[in-house]
Amino acid sequence: MCFVNEIDYGTPAVKSDKTVTLTIDGRSVTVPEGTSIMRAAREAGIAVPKLCANDMVKAFGSCRLCLVEIEGRGGTPASCTTPAADGITVSTQTERLGAIRRGVMELYMSDHPADCPACAQGDCEMAAMAEAVGLAQNRYGQEGANHLAPAPAGAHEVNFKELDISNPYFAYDPAKCIVCSLCVRACEEQQGTFALTVEGRGFESRITAGMDEPFLQSECVSCGACVQACPTGALQEKSVIEMGMPDHSTVTTCAYCGVGCSFKAEMKGEEVVRMVPYKDGKANRGHSCVKGRFAYGYATHKDRILNPMIRQRISDPWREVTWEEAYSHVASEFRRIQHQYGRGAVGGITSSRCTNEETYLVQKLVRQGFGNNNVDTCARVCHSPTGYGLKTTFGTSAGTQDFDSVEQSDVVLVIGANPTDGHPVFASRLKKRLRQGAKLIVIDPRRIDLVRTPHVEASYHLPLRPGTNVAVLTALAHVIVSEGLFDEAFVRERCDWDEFQDWASFVLQPENSPEAVEKASGVPADLIRGAARLYATGGNGAIYYGLGVTEHSQGSTTVMAIANLAMATGNIGRPGVGVNPLRGQNNVQGSCDMGSFPHEMPGYRHISEDATRAIYESLWGVKLDDEPGLRIPNMLDAAVEGSFKALYIQGEDILQSDPNTRHVAAGLEAMECVVVHDLFLNETANYAHVFLPGSTFLEKDGTFTNAERRINRVRKVMEPKNGYADWEVTQKLAQALGKDWTYTHPSEIMDEIAATTPSFAGVTYALLEQEGSVQWPCNEKAPRGTPVMHMGGFVRGKGKFVRTAYVATDEKVGPRFPLLLTTGRILSQYNVGAQTRRTENVVWHEEDLLEIHPFDAENRGIRDRDWVKLKSRAGETSLRATITERVAPGVVYTTFHHPETQANVVTTEYSDWATNCPEYKVTAVEVSPSNGPTGWQEDYEALSQRSRRIGHVEAAE
Amino acid sequence: MTQHARTEIASTVRSIVDRWKGEEGPLLPILNGIQRELGHVPRESIPAIAEALNLSRAEVHGVVSFYHDYREEPAGRHVLKLCRAEACQSMGGDAVAERLQKLLGIRFHETSADGAVTLEPVYCLGLCACAPSAMLDGEVIGRLDDAKAQEIVAQVRT
Repeated sequence: MCFVNEIDYGTPAVKSDKTVTLTIDGRSVTVPEGTSIMRAAREAGIAVPKLCANDMVKAFGSCRLCLVEIEGRGGTPASCTTPAADGITVSTQTERLGAIRRGVMELYMSDHPADCPACAQGDCEMAAMAEAVGLAQNRYGQEGANHLAPAPAGAHEVNFKELDISNPYFAYDPAKCIVCSLCVRACEEQQGTFALTVEGRGFESRITAGMDEPFLQSECVSCGACVQACPTGALQEKSVIEMGMPDHSTVTTCAYCGVGCSFKAEMKGEEVVRMVPYKDGKANRGHSCVKGRFAYGYATHKDRILNPMIRQRISDPWREVTWEEAYSHVASEFRRIQHQYGRGAVGGITSSRCTNEETYLVQKLVRQGFGNNNVDTCARVCHSPTGYGLKTTFGTSAGTQDFDSVEQSDVVLVIGANPTDGHPVFASRLKKRLRQGAKLIVIDPRRIDLVRTPHVEASYHLPLRPGTNVAVLTALAHVIVSEGLFDEAFVRERCDWDEFQDWASFVLQPENSPEAVEKASGVPADLIRGAARLYATGGNGAIYYGLGVTEHSQGSTTVMAIANLAMATGNIGRPGVGVNPLRGQNNVQGSCDMGSFPHEMPGYRHISEDATRAIYESLWGVKLDDEPGLRIPNMLDAAVEGSFKALYIQGEDILQSDPNTRHVAAGLEAMECVVVHDLFLNETANYAHVFLPGSTFLEKDGTFTNAERRINRVRKVMEPKNGYADWEVTQKLAQALGKDWTYTHPSEIMDEIAATTPSFAGVTYALLEQEGSVQWPCNEKAPRGTPVMHMGGFVRGKGKFVRTAYVATDEKVGPRFPLLLTTGRILSQYNVGAQTRRTENVVWHEEDLLEIHPFDAENRGIRDRDWVKLKSRAGETSLRATITERVAPGVVYTTFHHPETQANVVTTEYSDWATNCPEYKVTAVEVSPSNGPTGWQEDYEALSQRSRRIGHVEAAE
Repeated sequence: MTQHARTEIASTVRSIVDRWKGEEGPLLPILNGIQRELGHVPRESIPAIAEALNLSRAEVHGVVSFYHDYREEPAGRHVLKLCRAEACQSMGGDAVAERLQKLLGIRFHETSADGAVTLEPVYCLGLCACAPSAMLDGEVIGRLDDAKAQEIVAQVRT
């Protein structure tokens, strides 16, 4: 057991072509020009005492501990704010410096609690620094003016502040605070929220959140950067206060969104004490959000099911069984069903929450074990259009950049994504770049936070009507082509010139002009023109997009329209530019890479390619079907028709996350054996016959692939509470079906993936250990991975321009359903909420709310917080309303984090023409006042209660 | 606070913010304007200022709390600032301070119950040559003694 200790260099690294060489304590050290003396010293192995500096934020020079002497210069400058210069000779330790440091530290300690528990735990640098500077006395005592205790009754109270425990995850004890302002700077520079400040002046200075509010009520987003930065115990995780300091740690990868942050899981025995963002993590660079940093409590929540369960009918109570009984039951049922209804009557669904290795095994189980291609994944309902669109235009189904790329962007176009809520760590990196001067264009029906948030303001916000993405993007292209703003040299060299000309003549058609598009989209033509000019001429242009692009009837078309814009303006193939899907789940990219789609083998090779099938046929010893299998919606349709009877679902809650809930319920109800493999009895499990307990990311080894194609290691830090990692369960199922799988570790599964998939050919656990992470393609051409794709030319050869004609969705508003509903997510909750609802994050978002414009609300007599009925032609549900101008008149918005809301009862079965990705983002609805939950919500609640009964058998004598 | 007072504060703040928000470095002129118009910087004006300048509430609060002249509450009709710095202390400032607090019936940082006067410490008025010194409603008073203290009290009571 060991503790991952990271070196704190004191000030951030500096990039410079020039270097300087200096001597520090007799050691010669060469650093980039502009580097602080403190950092140079640390690079030479010398730790200068400090309290107010760390290498994540700019130097500030307030604690006066890091003073040094420089030969030939007077005084004792602070090493954190003094740049290293050529030829200087620095001493970090002299008698004079020692005396000054002891004096400073003595003053600090005279106002620091004598019994500081954080000091005793070792989570407070004060004790360590006092020791480092050799402080042995405190001549001042603690009786004078101090910040430790309330002023006597009647005296003017300015120095003492009460302990603040309002945030569920960390406490702020001002008595321990030394007002070094590291937390304020971390909140500003790293997180970009500016929620903290120094209040007052002089001895009265105090750190406060917001305008002297409890943390929970302030602007704080609970990212944890301040807690991490705090050198004393003033800001401390409540878990550390309760459990004490961790004694060992392991680097692993967060299992929430597609950013894929690296964390140190800091442990005590088998318990996680805290998750601390890892500075060497290339996706997050030492930053985190409230979910990854704090919301891991679901892993040990009492709702977790730890024993396999079976039942004959879904109306029966569950019966706990042994693993062996569960495996043999599933195997015999699947065999029976295939015998009775045909080989194609069964299938599997892989999970974007599980590891690459686990996903690979599930699709292998379906293809090898079931003998068909009926495998699909939750990416079907989120980023399948990304796969299709980018493969068609560029030749690979993935984003083009790494996250570091944003540091070199000049214009960022965000469309259909809400990074500050959905991908908070990337949003912080983006906001940092925007504060440095990069320009921002937001295309979104809603005024998302990025449009205007402290120190960031979008140059253009195009508030389009939901469903008109293609029209607006094509209008942008119209402006770029008609005004000659395209990059002809790039297009001639990298793309097919004839296709470009065809596309150019298409976008120039009058119906694609901003003026024509204004009618359909509601976006003023001058905004479209301004945004197009800025993107085309503002320097490095990068596009980031999310599910607001893909979850439409023209999702794939929108992705291709984005690709067209990037190619036409030459914004592909170098750092700072590109087309970047922000992936929803931790391993959406990976689950797609692993061959989870019914038409593709791992590495996006079509099932009809003989050569590809041959690789797997010889390895797996079976004949593979060369026809694509069923997609999720097709499986459900076939189930309702009676030809599809059994489904193995790993880590996905299709009942809650897929559109038109009632249709999903009908499909599941018609099946004879639904196997749910999950942490909790989720909504889908209400319709299951077999429940196999799953394991969390903390309980297994494996890899996740994030939105930048980065393969990150997931490392086991505790034994699975349910007994087995998910890959082991899938393997046992395969064995029960007679397959001779013998993997003993996920690394062996990765070896099989690498051996059979060209884009993963170079990936091994040894390489990941050595590099930390790699971005695919990783093979003999790119042995250490590929941060930026399409550098010399497109993967498919020539970049392909595709005509993107706008076709309005069939989902139209009319007299009965006059409003458009669109959906999204919120910072503190995640997807269907199965994890985050089981953590303290509920204090930020206890229910889903319907956002409605004051105009529409007034017309319907709806007041803030009223219950309203939300009705579409598919169904109806009830929730509370919140009145806001974030949404335009005619548009309403909600999240889908809570099963009671059942937002997907309302969404329709319309879907993307190419990939069947559901049209979640556009539903015509009517909103009316209501008294409470609808009949469906009440019936469903009753069903859930009934369906979650677990029968307890009398213990045998 | 009455609804009327709240509306008045909101409209005053809005017009001052609108006057300055296009200028460079608008925060201090806005706060000065609000302090001048309303006699204090009401807490509820902070979110409005933050929103208008695209700052966080915390940043505005940090600036407001840094300057003692921005009051959280309106002061009394008169404001008496008594110098507590070294020169004045050495010239008998402590005794005058005690005397004034007794005569006014309030301690430092307090406003008299009838709203007549607010007493505040100040650290140097630049009038050390005439120590001990004070400032009443912006007018400096030097060579404070018992008689002058009585005079000040009489003045604020009228």
